[in-house]
Amino acid sequence: MSLARLLRSPDAVAGFVILGLLGAMALAAPLLFPGDPLAIAGQPLLRPFQDWALPLGTDRLGRDVLAGLFHGARTSLAVGLAAAAASILVGSIVGTIAGFAGGLVDEVLMRITDAFQTVPGFLLSLALVSVVGPSLGVVVMAIALSAWTGPARIARAEVLSIRERDYVASARVIGMHPVEIAFREVLPNALPPVLALSSVIVAAAILTEAALSFLGLGDPNRVTWGGMIAEGRAVLRSAPYLSVIPGIALVLAVLGVYLAGEGVVEGTAARERQA
Amino acid sequence: MHAPIRGNASMNRTFRLLKRRLVGAIPVLLIVVIGSFLLLEAAPGDAVDAYVASVGGDAGMIEALRQGWGLDASPMTRLAAYLWALLHLDLGHSVAFSRPVRDVVLERLPNTLLLMGAATALSFALGTALGIVAGARPGSARDRALSIGSLALYAVPGFWLALVLTIVFSVELRWLPLSGMETIASGKVGFARALDVARHMVLPVTSLGLIYLALYLRMMRAGMAEVWRMDFTRAARARGIGRRRIVLSHVARNALLPLVTMLGLQSAQMLGGSVVIESVFSVPGLGRLAQEAVGSRDTPLLIGIILVSAALVIVINLLVDIAYAALDPRVGASEASA
Repeated sequence: MSLARLLRSPDAVAGFVILGLLGAMALAAPLLFPGDPLAIAGQPLLRPFQDWALPLGTDRLGRDVLAGLFHGARTSLAVGLAAAAASILVGSIVGTIAGFAGGLVDEVLMRITDAFQTVPGFLLSLALVSVVGPSLGVVVMAIALSAWTGPARIARAEVLSIRERDYVASARVIGMHPVEIAFREVLPNALPPVLALSSVIVAAAILTEAALSFLGLGDPNRVTWGGMIAEGRAVLRSAPYLSVIPGIALVLAVLGVYLAGEGVVEGTAARERQA
Repeated sequence: MHAPIRGNASMNRTFRLLKRRLVGAIPVLLIVVIGSFLLLEAAPGDAVDAYVASVGGDAGMIEALRQGWGLDASPMTRLAAYLWALLHLDLGHSVAFSRPVRDVVLERLPNTLLLMGAATALSFALGTALGIVAGARPGSARDRALSIGSLALYAVPGFWLALVLTIVFSVELRWLPLSGMETIASGKVGFARALDVARHMVLPVTSLGLIYLALYLRMMRAGMAEVWRMDFTRAARARGIGRRRIVLSHVARNALLPLVTMLGLQSAQMLGGSVVIESVFSVPGLGRLAQEAVGSRDTPLLIGIILVSAALVIVINLLVDIAYAALDPRVGASEASA
């Protein structure tokens, strides 16, 4: 897709600017705030814009809010991207196998997908983190566990139409192994509509991670925006800024992902209409 | 061929649909149960540990209980015993409450249903109405503003919206109560009590409802854009029918039907969303119970909540399907739809 077309949509530009800033924050966090963001930096409950060494103030324990915001961006983006990648990977593999194999395999895999969609995803994530214990990897797995079903359904629907095409038939004729056909010929062609969904999945993953940390189920050794909001809740009356600031960061991050994603999808669709 | 009596035919259709859906739900529920069993097995400690931790007992009794409950048997036998217990609606024993899981869950269920029902009504009604406003003139300034606004709302985490609403309406303005389901020991009865509960539910329902409003708005708008392009809409315009009437009785009406399906699909997500909302407002419902179960490491209770939620989602989807079939005569006429 041409960059020029993308730049014509103000929404997409806003989305990419937000994402770029967040990415920069995440990358710069260890350089600008090399210390442990969970360490005490100054007097507790310092309000924002009072002390230029601590521009956004401090929380109940005297931890630097701005440092938390930067390091939180790291966690949010890392978990969001990893969980989305895992769900798309698992979903497209399951969808490809179901659609390509058909018959009993398809039936069993789709009933499993139904079952996962029947259980409220957040409860499933909650249960997994609660049973296995909170760490970054488990949180990523827990989110992926409840998010792979969407990609699986789309991939399956796409595979069902692709497997009847001529190039798949010719691959069969030249004696290619069915597994090879499924993963080398069919899956790559089924991916575009699945990837079009990725911004929605990343956004949902960021929100789920935040909700888990808010309930105290995030990795305890990392700063998360959800955890910061939960921390601020204890002093909601006297220091509402502690809950509000990380929340704004969250909203901007998710909005950025949505806008950028819509921009890319629309841009691709426009190109396809022209071609 | 004689035309069948309409009422009878639609009754038959509904019955057939119901039967097909119920049969289809069985394998799905079975997979959910097996998944729950695996999670229970993965958790440290077993049902006897849970029971003894809350009720007490010595080593001999523990051994006897394990044998009695079949926990010393092979995994397959244990799964069979678990299924057998579930068939008798026995969801196990809650450590944290020292009571059967079923009783604790059933106690909390009505509060969650009230919260979900009200939030769904709010998001559906308001979302659809705003969607009609946006879709009446696609591409207009009003449409653009509503699209951006709904996207922004979609990006807001539910628990954070709940906290911000609390700061504004409970802490600063002091208009609404901070948390809980009703004023404790108020002694209110009848209408006064209902009013008290309603006041307590305003913020939780608004927080939960607003999050999902964007979905209905966007879906309604997209559906209307589709209908605008159809021939009968053009024909209506060519016939010189007023725009307001075309929007309401042709475009919006035809775009509304798919949203009904969304009500069912959305129920699982809303149950998940109610966990954080109930936690913020201390609403004693299923979601808050899930958080308590996590806090006290009460895995049997958490699994019980998951099973009940899954059953609830299946029932809600069933009801939505029936409603949809009643609204759209095309459904169920052929057996092809799945």
